[in-house]
Amino acid sequence: MAAPTIDHTIGEILNLAASHFKVPRERLTPDDDFFKTLGIDSLQALDLLTRLEQHFRIELPDYELQGVSDFRTLASRIQSRL
Amino acid sequence: MTDFKGQTLSWQIVNGAIELALHREACNEIGSVTLEELEEFVAALPELTDDAHALIIHSTLKAGFSAGADLRELFQRSQEMDQGAALRGVRSFLERIHAVMNTIDASPLTTIAAVHGVTFGGGFELALACDIIIADRVTRFCFPELRLGLIPGFGGIPRLKRDLGNAVVRDLLLTGRSFNVMKAQQIGLVSQIAAEGEALRIARATASQIGKFDKRTAAAAKEFVKPIPYEELKREIDIFCDLYSRPAVEEGLRRFVENKGVQPYLP
Repeated sequence: MAAPTIDHTIGEILNLAASHFKVPRERLTPDDDFFKTLGIDSLQALDLLTRLEQHFRIELPDYELQGVSDFRTLASRIQSRL
Repeated sequence: MTDFKGQTLSWQIVNGAIELALHREACNEIGSVTLEELEEFVAALPELTDDAHALIIHSTLKAGFSAGADLRELFQRSQEMDQGAALRGVRSFLERIHAVMNTIDASPLTTIAAVHGVTFGGGFELALACDIIIADRVTRFCFPELRLGLIPGFGGIPRLKRDLGNAVVRDLLLTGRSFNVMKAQQIGLVSQIAAEGEALRIARATASQIGKFDKRTAAAAKEFVKPIPYEELKREIDIFCDLYSRPAVEEGLRRFVENKGVQPYLP
């Protein structure tokens, strides 16, 4: 099975983030700083990571997300594990 | 004392199970007050054991089970005294928390950690002292100590070595990475996965099942299968103290404590 495109992965991340953190989906764009847009702290970011790992059925070590704060880069990190 | 409500934790007996609830904001960081109350708990444990068949440890806080040692207090205290006194203070703290963990580990009761959310460092080590870990779906485990120039100091390494394969222990310890509950179950750390927010309910159901068994038999079975690595536990304290005395550790703690960014300082 072909790996999903980066745009598809971004879309799934935005859908999951909007749903879980109760933010209107249309307010989220790929280059948003998710800490700011979602209004989350580092513990909530770990919560998001756990949910993304479960959704995509991958393991993504937290050190790969150091310095990552936008959805597009997050998607690329996930993409490399699909 | 069959029930207690302290600043950082509480306990009571519910349907034959002792329920030890952690409730120190922000995420049950284990500092001096928590240690004192844990010591009160283990002092009361023999009396509680007469009236119970199981012990459940859980957190009432949404953020998680425990973020581990109170690094802010550790750093603050190290700044208030000379290096020798700070090191003696750390060793004393470790010896006391080890005594608590060892008592829980060796309890004749069947012990269950019902965990959720952040279960890091010393919090992870508290869960490892229990016989069974029941974790909800969004639990995250981590030994981040190496990222700050230390090793886990609350008995985590000897207990991980006891319970898991050495390759897994090396991965978790040497990368300092956090990992989710699916991974935790896959490597044999977590025995049951609960839906989000359901770990305590499932722990209670498990405790209820355990309550059907003969208490003396359960204690004998536990003693037979769960050796306590006392010598390695002592060695862990020595290694921790040896590492703690280096300036690089103080600098790592300083950067962690003083970091105001949205992401914690964890190299």
